[in-house]
Amino acid sequence: MTAVTDAGAAGDEGVAETARGMARAFAEDAAFVPYLVAGDPSAEATVEYVEALVEGGADAVELGLPFSEPIAEGATIQEGIVRALEGGMTPERYFELVERIDVDAPIAAMTYYNLILQHGSRSEGPPSVEPFVARAAEAGVEGVIVPDLPVDEADPLRAACDEYGLDLVFIVAPTTTDERLAAALERVSGYLYVQARLGTTGAREETSDRTAESLARLEDHDRELGVPTAVGFGVSAGEHARRVTAAGADGVIVGSALVDVVAEGVERGRPTAAVADELREYAAEFKRGAVAGAGDGKAGAPDGNGETGAPDRDGETGAPDGDARQDGPEPRLRTGGGTDGGP
Amino acid sequence: MSTGRDPETTRGSGDLDPRFGRYGGQYVPEALMPAIEELEDAYRRYVLDDEDGFMDDFRARLRDFGGRPTPLQRADRLSERYDTEVYLKREDLLHGGAHKLNNALGQALLAQYMGKERIIAETGAGQHGTATAMACSHLGIDCEVYMGRTDINRQRPNVFRMLANGAEVKPVDVGRGTLKEAISQTMRDWAETVEDTHYVIGSIVGPHPFPRLVRDFQAIIGEETRRQFRDRERVGDSPDAVLACAGGGSNTMGAFHAFRPDDVDLYAVEAGGSTLAVDEAAGVAPNSASLSTGSEGVLHGARTRVLQDGDGQVVESHSVSAGLDYAGVGPELAHLVETGRVRAVSVDDDAALEAFHRLSQTEGVIPALETAHAFAYLERHHDELGEEVVINVSGRGDKDLETVLEETAARDVENAPDMSVFEATDGVMGGGHLKDAGGDGSD
Repeated sequence: MTAVTDAGAAGDEGVAETARGMARAFAEDAAFVPYLVAGDPSAEATVEYVEALVEGGADAVELGLPFSEPIAEGATIQEGIVRALEGGMTPERYFELVERIDVDAPIAAMTYYNLILQHGSRSEGPPSVEPFVARAAEAGVEGVIVPDLPVDEADPLRAACDEYGLDLVFIVAPTTTDERLAAALERVSGYLYVQARLGTTGAREETSDRTAESLARLEDHDRELGVPTAVGFGVSAGEHARRVTAAGADGVIVGSALVDVVAEGVERGRPTAAVADELREYAAEFKRGAVAGAGDGKAGAPDGNGETGAPDRDGETGAPDGDARQDGPEPRLRTGGGTDGGP
Repeated sequence: MSTGRDPETTRGSGDLDPRFGRYGGQYVPEALMPAIEELEDAYRRYVLDDEDGFMDDFRARLRDFGGRPTPLQRADRLSERYDTEVYLKREDLLHGGAHKLNNALGQALLAQYMGKERIIAETGAGQHGTATAMACSHLGIDCEVYMGRTDINRQRPNVFRMLANGAEVKPVDVGRGTLKEAISQTMRDWAETVEDTHYVIGSIVGPHPFPRLVRDFQAIIGEETRRQFRDRERVGDSPDAVLACAGGGSNTMGAFHAFRPDDVDLYAVEAGGSTLAVDEAAGVAPNSASLSTGSEGVLHGARTRVLQDGDGQVVESHSVSAGLDYAGVGPELAHLVETGRVRAVSVDDDAALEAFHRLSQTEGVIPALETAHAFAYLERHHDELGEEVVINVSGRGDKDLETVLEETAARDVENAPDMSVFEATDGVMGGGHLKDAGGDGSD
């Protein structure tokens, strides 16, 4: 076991004691994990955006490799995928892009199973996932997330990821049964992606009641988890991030809200650097929210059982920053602030 | 699951194999998996084990509401033309004008038995959408149908029918706006509404158990055909060949399933479009022949044959027939083609249009453009098919009249009727010239 970081801090969270691969994003404090579509709108822009997000506080990055039939995505990310495909993004260009990104944060490739299956496949014989995983590992990718690959079909990819030292992150949904959760926990590594609500990806003004339910359910499995939990789907403001970690999550995943920023940059023809600046600030807001929420969670409920969020807000963090952001130059952002009465 | 037995025909409630050989499986978001497991359980109980008299209820409704059984008719003039006994399985006479009702009614009824309150469906040609809308209206369930914008425009009569039956039609503007996009969008809806909603998928595609479930509801086509053929007391017990067009493949498997143990050649006739080549740079396959030209991949929840580029991006398919215009195909058909039990063949758009006119002129049956593909294959290969051939007339062509008029005008379809009467009135033919109708002596 290598790369032992602050084992004490990690241990407090019930997180892997040795932080390597994707899990090292969660080793120090509550993690902020952004998602972007690679190549949206260009490979060069993506490199800058990812670096800006990490500068802003991202602890890991989910980098989407665009697929033509993204059945788990809502409109925002679908449109980002269309921009990326029209911009010429391919799996091989994706790996070259990852090789150019210079950040310490681990990168997970998020894509659909057919692209993994076809990469490097020969015309003879059935396709294999191995060439994709090998190339991903070579490029420096540390984890893989596949929204259309439930645990039932994941054994070949799990084996290939084990062989090349990659994490395989699984998504659990509000509808996931206990049996299925157990099956995911047997196979997951890196972190467990907790889908906050039903449906496809997309920014929402309110976090779902079911986020808290899901996290509360995970509490029961806490001792067997062995991996950190990160909540995604619908998180679009620092305040949401705060609530998510206050409810017991080890990290927060933000996708559509960031892809919105990229989309608006494209629509308005803004310079890449300006969009990167905005992403950096937005990242900082999410990171502050996540860290503040983790503090709230501990203060309010030492067992991490603060599923409704601590009522006593930390004035220095999450919410005010979210509000400040709302007053900023991008009023279209649907930052929740104090307007929603959700959990 | 031993290779010696045929797991696909096994009845009874054991564990169901989610695969057909290498194909099939369940490649869907985790959020859908519990609903899919619930559906598998319901399929086992109600369909396979006939719990609560489900199958009796289903068959009674197919008879009283749907008009089953549909006839097996000898096509006298085609038989003469080809010196082959040609039989038509008249699914075009099923209520709604296509085989689609078998599946739509079965699934809508199953959803009702499962206590689901809302039905969603995708549709390409509009045939599945209209069938689902009819079934839901008949059963009193709310129904929403996703349909690509392109398909809405080219299948207007079917859109009207869905609306008339009280369904909500939801346009899909993504991509080229055809079946592929409609399926993706319906899956997205289902991911959000899965707890009270059933997705009535329109073909033998998608994650397990859909390919089996849909096949079992459609299998009545082949079961009736087989019985009807034997009742004619002809020389042989079985036809030499059964032909059916294949897009997703539900009418195909419906017609074939009962014949699988028999010594009958099974032909899946795909849409060859304008050419079988794939233009990778443009991301377009000018055809929909996934069995003939596709490669193994994962699309819409199943491992199957897919029209895709070298990276695995799914390409846009094409066919003059909206119902065949799909980049994938049912995993069971992919498997049966691979094992050699089913032969995958294809005919192009022109041949299909010609066959449309031929059947209309010689037999008094206006076939769906999908169905016309099977007749086009018969025209070219009748001397290779044996003495007795059954063709599944999967649907009627009323929905396609507008398309056929346009496409016929744009091409030199030799046996097209004289349409100059339209030019004289309002120029609806877009300036296209039409050749003389050559009756049936056009080749």
